[in-house]
Amino acid sequence: MQVFSCPYCGPRPDAEFHYIGDADKPRPERSCSDEEWAHYLFMRANTRGAARELWVHRAGCGRWLVVARDTETHEVAAVTPMNAERAGT
Amino acid sequence: MSIRRSLRYSGWRLLREAFGGQQGWTPAWEDRDPEAAYDIVVIGGGGHGLATAYYLARTHGITRVAVLEKGWIGGGNTGRNTTIIRSNYFHPQSAALYDLSVSLYETLSRELNYNIMFSQRGMMEIAHDQPELETMARAANAMRISGVDIEVIDRAETLRREPLLDPSPRARWPVCGALLQRRAGTARHDAVAWGYARAAAALGVHIIQNCEVRGFIQERGRAVAVQTSRGVIRAERFGVAVAGNSSVLARLAGFELPLQSYTLQAMVSEPVKPCLDMVTLSTSTGAYISQSDKGELVMGGNLDRSPSYAQRGGFRVTRSVVAPLLEMYPWLSTLKLMRQWGGTVDTSPDNSPIIGPAPVEGIYLNCGWGTGGFKAIPAGGTLTAHLLATGRHHPLSEPFDLRRFARGELVDEGHAGVAH
Amino acid sequence: MSAPRMDGPTMDGPRMRGLRRLPEGGEIDRSRPLSFSFDGRAHIGYAGDTLASALLAAGETVLARSFKYHRPRGLLGAHHEEPNAILDLRAGTRHEPNARATLEPLVDGARLSSIHALGTARRDLLAVMDRFARFIPAAFYYKTFMWPHWHVYEGTIRRMAGLGRVAADSRAQGGALRHIDVDLCVIGSGAAGLAAARAGLKAGRSVLLVEQRSRVGGALLWRDAVIDGVPGARWAQDLGAALAAGGARVLTQTTAVGLYDHNSAVLHERSGDGGRIWQVRARAFVLATGAIERPLLFGDNDRPGIMLADAALEYLRRYAVVAGSEVVFATGNDTAYQAALAYAAVGARCTVVDARTDTPAMAAARAAGIEVLAGERIESTLGKDRVQGVRTASGRTLPADLLTVSGGWTPLIHLYCHARGRPRWDAERGVLLPGAPVQGATVVGAADGARSLADALAQGVQAGGGAATDVPACIAPPFDWGGAPDTRMAFGARRTWVDLQHDVTAKDIALAVRENFRAVEHLKRYTTLGMANDQGRTSNVNGLALLAERTGRTIAEAGVTTFRPPFLPVPIAAVVGTQRGELQAPLRRLAAEAVHREERAELRGYGDMLRPASYGPAQDAMTRECKAARERCVILDASSLGKIEVLGPDAAALLDFVFYTRMSSLAPGRLRYGLALAESGAVFDDGVVLRVSADRFVVSCSSSHVAAMTAHLEAWREDRFDLSRAFVHDTTPRWATMAISGPASKGVMTALGLGIDLDDTAFPHMSARDGRFAGEPARVARVSFTGERSYEVSVPAGLAEELWRRARTVGAEPLGVEALGALRCEKGFILVGVETDGETMPQDIGMGRAREVRTDPYVGDRSLHTPAAQRSGRRQLVGVAVAGDEPLPVGAHALSRGARPHSVGWITSSHMGVGAGKPVALAMIEDGASRHGETLEFEHFGTLHRGTLVAPCFYDPKGTRLDVRP
Repeated sequence: MQVFSCPYCGPRPDAEFHYIGDADKPRPERSCSDEEWAHYLFMRANTRGAARELWVHRAGCGRWLVVARDTETHEVAAVTPMNAERAGT
Repeated sequence: MSIRRSLRYSGWRLLREAFGGQQGWTPAWEDRDPEAAYDIVVIGGGGHGLATAYYLARTHGITRVAVLEKGWIGGGNTGRNTTIIRSNYFHPQSAALYDLSVSLYETLSRELNYNIMFSQRGMMEIAHDQPELETMARAANAMRISGVDIEVIDRAETLRREPLLDPSPRARWPVCGALLQRRAGTARHDAVAWGYARAAAALGVHIIQNCEVRGFIQERGRAVAVQTSRGVIRAERFGVAVAGNSSVLARLAGFELPLQSYTLQAMVSEPVKPCLDMVTLSTSTGAYISQSDKGELVMGGNLDRSPSYAQRGGFRVTRSVVAPLLEMYPWLSTLKLMRQWGGTVDTSPDNSPIIGPAPVEGIYLNCGWGTGGFKAIPAGGTLTAHLLATGRHHPLSEPFDLRRFARGELVDEGHAGVAH
Repeated sequence: MSAPRMDGPTMDGPRMRGLRRLPEGGEIDRSRPLSFSFDGRAHIGYAGDTLASALLAAGETVLARSFKYHRPRGLLGAHHEEPNAILDLRAGTRHEPNARATLEPLVDGARLSSIHALGTARRDLLAVMDRFARFIPAAFYYKTFMWPHWHVYEGTIRRMAGLGRVAADSRAQGGALRHIDVDLCVIGSGAAGLAAARAGLKAGRSVLLVEQRSRVGGALLWRDAVIDGVPGARWAQDLGAALAAGGARVLTQTTAVGLYDHNSAVLHERSGDGGRIWQVRARAFVLATGAIERPLLFGDNDRPGIMLADAALEYLRRYAVVAGSEVVFATGNDTAYQAALAYAAVGARCTVVDARTDTPAMAAARAAGIEVLAGERIESTLGKDRVQGVRTASGRTLPADLLTVSGGWTPLIHLYCHARGRPRWDAERGVLLPGAPVQGATVVGAADGARSLADALAQGVQAGGGAATDVPACIAPPFDWGGAPDTRMAFGARRTWVDLQHDVTAKDIALAVRENFRAVEHLKRYTTLGMANDQGRTSNVNGLALLAERTGRTIAEAGVTTFRPPFLPVPIAAVVGTQRGELQAPLRRLAAEAVHREERAELRGYGDMLRPASYGPAQDAMTRECKAARERCVILDASSLGKIEVLGPDAAALLDFVFYTRMSSLAPGRLRYGLALAESGAVFDDGVVLRVSADRFVVSCSSSHVAAMTAHLEAWREDRFDLSRAFVHDTTPRWATMAISGPASKGVMTALGLGIDLDDTAFPHMSARDGRFAGEPARVARVSFTGERSYEVSVPAGLAEELWRRARTVGAEPLGVEALGALRCEKGFILVGVETDGETMPQDIGMGRAREVRTDPYVGDRSLHTPAAQRSGRRQLVGVAVAGDEPLPVGAHALSRGARPHSVGWITSSHMGVGAGKPVALAMIEDGASRHGETLEFEHFGTLHRGTLVAPCFYDPKGTRLDVRP
């Protein structure tokens, strides 16, 4: 029963959100090697402790969010719009 | 036999000890202080780690083996799961792996001289509508071709086998039929860890509790020792069987794994007199239930869908597990939930385990079992011991090598095949 | 000092056995007698009684049998700490197989019966088990029952285990889950909790006060105290009323079962059947959960008639039940003397056996006429089915019909542990106390080791945000914690019980230690200590003390267990609440559901949508509907198909990236069928995209994938695009879509008269036009899932029924989802998730061209160029023809020839093809696309079928019926 403060909707229960994956995972160019592509597709940081995660506010505004969260204590440090983080890409 | 005759457990020995004030019992395993070096160090004193050590000693004759456990043995997912053992998997590679495990479980109590109470009560995966029965037929035919004992039974037979199921066709999750595996069942989870520990220790394996691995020492790209809370321990090869924390150990050694750790909840009701005979699972909802020998109804279901190492789940998921079971067994409403707990499971992209060499030489992996590691303990131990002893794959573990992801040769056991 | 309300008539001395209820006092309502029975014996209790207090007053001493040895068991406690008194409760239609006697209020007509006995608790034929106790010590079952097999013994073991018995027809209904959001949630309404709630309310905070018992006050209801000049119990009642009047929410009969992440709690309110769950979110929690008493460790300490001193006091003060007339009070602390004084005051003959040599409490007790044996301990008890006396360490024998025990106290820190708190051992008090503070929750009062009522009140006020001047004045005896458990008498000649319900004795703990089960968790699991449904409330610390003693460690070194939710077993009926039947995973409904029901549709859940499977009589529906589609005209409610709008100057670029099939080359007014992939290259979904205008598209994806497709589009929009230049907006529920299909569909469309030129040149296949229906906008798209000429008409959802009725009156016949499945199958149109799985790539279903020609980036692109994507042996879509007229079974596997047969693929869809006039099937077969003409064997549960691989289209392969124009 975590609460995420959606920058668009305000604090909402975790049931409205859906976890996607690691927040910091640049998409490789098509010219990358098979190994680099497999790494992008499958490898996970799976951090124990302070992690940066990608979530979508599925039952809310539908926007994509970067959640800085501790995977041991579930404390949330920050929730920011994904797009703001990726501005310029 | 690994256990000395005078120390073997039996009804006769219980009788003798009854008149000796129970004074003759000896430690099931001795706690050891770590030595400076071993042939093989197994990190993780859960079922897979202890089984690996046992088979190293028993099958391969390698006894300079240490099992390092950061807490108490069997305290991770081995002691937190819902104890279901089955081998109804879709792909032949998986069927072979899990079927080996079921076969080993069938004789494990006597092999270890420890009653792990493997109870082949059978398991039914219940289909709630026609499309589910069709999907089931596809799976069942695949399993039968792989040699797994599987049947699809109709509604009447399903209700005959579990008479307390709600027979109403208007139920939210009505019974249309079921996938039945007769050899499936449950076992006493703690006993599996203790039985392997006792047998391994009797063969000379060192079981070292309260010993946390904090780093790997590498020389020329090869792991040669681990730094632990109780000093540096050298070894030729290292096995890593630390379900839930595999990525954490991998990071210590400098590589990543395709795993994500989640909390899987389990819960039990208060004990009641026998009312459920088999393990039943609801296909649509993923919730399942069985009755333990003590009489508690053991329930589980979906993961808590936020990455976590907290070993505890939220109430919403507890509810989502219990709710469909209540629809199938409406009398459950008169019982109470007594205990609820969570384990950290590491899930892989194709819902199949990873067994094989790690990217760092000298380290061998046994991880990624997701929600189903308990059922695979004897097979996981056998195959990991083979790897550690020979440095090569057993044919059965070959398909589960980490490199399958780079090769695109996944063994996809996900029920929802599509990407969500 | 005793509470004033206890004054008045008392019993006439120790000889008045059997008279157990005082004529006055207590919380019971003597004007409302309630009849009930236990094991067939009729009794009378009163409103305000619990089952336990009523049974005690009725003289029922043996209420249960222990789990393993079937020893007789009576009441040890008075509330949630009670390990023994679990009964089968029936009242009216209500049935609870494992009712906790100390928690359930007495109701009129309650029929109680003992459980877990062969016979009754009083006369249990299984009592013989106790004679075999030496053969079945802790964990004996791991050491035997292996030959020939566990199965031989398991049935008997299972029948011996378990507590109550469920009845197949028993039902309980929980109330709807409630949510509450407050500034301050106070758990526990004893002195500290009340003080916290009052301070919080005074500071202007919204307050929720939670109390397990039937009224507020906690131990003030039975222990001696004066606060603000009035007796504690009355102070509590008055304050409770004032809090409620002042706007605080006060929930009694409510247990906080768990504290969860981010300042949330789950409460269970006991009411009626299963009660209800409250989900609390609070800015702050105050945990004022108090402390419970521990039993003492000595021989045969499990007999009925042995009770915690505090419980004996609670029964006396709250229910006016005198639990014994000849009472021995065994203690090692001063707090328990209150019970002795109170029992002496009502005329019981009282003797205190105190392990200490001298304390001030002794003098006060002696002054009240109580005999005090100082420096003395209980060695063992006498009696059979109830305690009749005690033997002391020095060899004295004392008669007793009640033995109260007080082995110190245990703060209730469960909720603190739920909040990730780590307890610490406090050697001086002999208790586990909260360690470092946790975020969001403050522990106060006895739960935090308070040494006096004044301390508890002060802590409460502070936690509630009040000032020191707000702390009320009080008079109360100091609270004596009593120190660590006294293990001196635990290993005598007679067995000493630690866990009463599970029959774990001190010797069992010694055995576990001998066998190296020394970690606390190992000890618990090996002996089952604390695993019963009282959750080790009274056994936990005594067990730790014995473990420490046997291993030569301190309790702090021996380690402590943690606590997980629920604090108290919580009814499953309450957990689920009203999420029952249709309200569980509710299905979405079509706007035109009523009209489908009129048409005698069989409605089924497809994904999360309730849709018509077929219409009219079931037996011939399939053929009838398919024939109508192939020969005349049908109407299908296709409203669940996605209608996701993608807008903006970069809309085309976004679709090009998300779709495998290029969409930017689509002309306005035209439609294109395409695939979207996951990054793994697997087919994510298929759908039809309409380009309305240069910067506006509508994505019509599979019904069950709308939410996922919307999220998919949104993800890549946010990841790669200028947010001001592309937008994704799901409009699916706003529209009703009816697909009108068949050779006669053009005529039906003409009759509908939507104001659209239906000429095939003006309005060709795969294009869309806007018209009007009933004065509202309507969009018509020429796209077909049946293989016949088709028009998809979309109108505002409110017009769904009207459109359906109009189309029916002008000749369209209803088509259900099942028949549509057969029609699309013979055309070879795939269903994502049926034909495809997580490994299917576009080239596997005959759509490999874009992979060859597209060089611009799109989702999944790189995955289509890995070795795995290019290898041979991939499963590919094929049709399967059979010789006879029996369709192949879905799920049958094609076998390879060879030494060991293995599967090379399977049948994904199979039907009797009405248009093709023969059975049709689709399959995914290894290298299937290049194996047309090959005949394979398909196995289905042991029977073999033969089928020939063909192109995956059995009907109108050239598409002439769609009127495709060059």
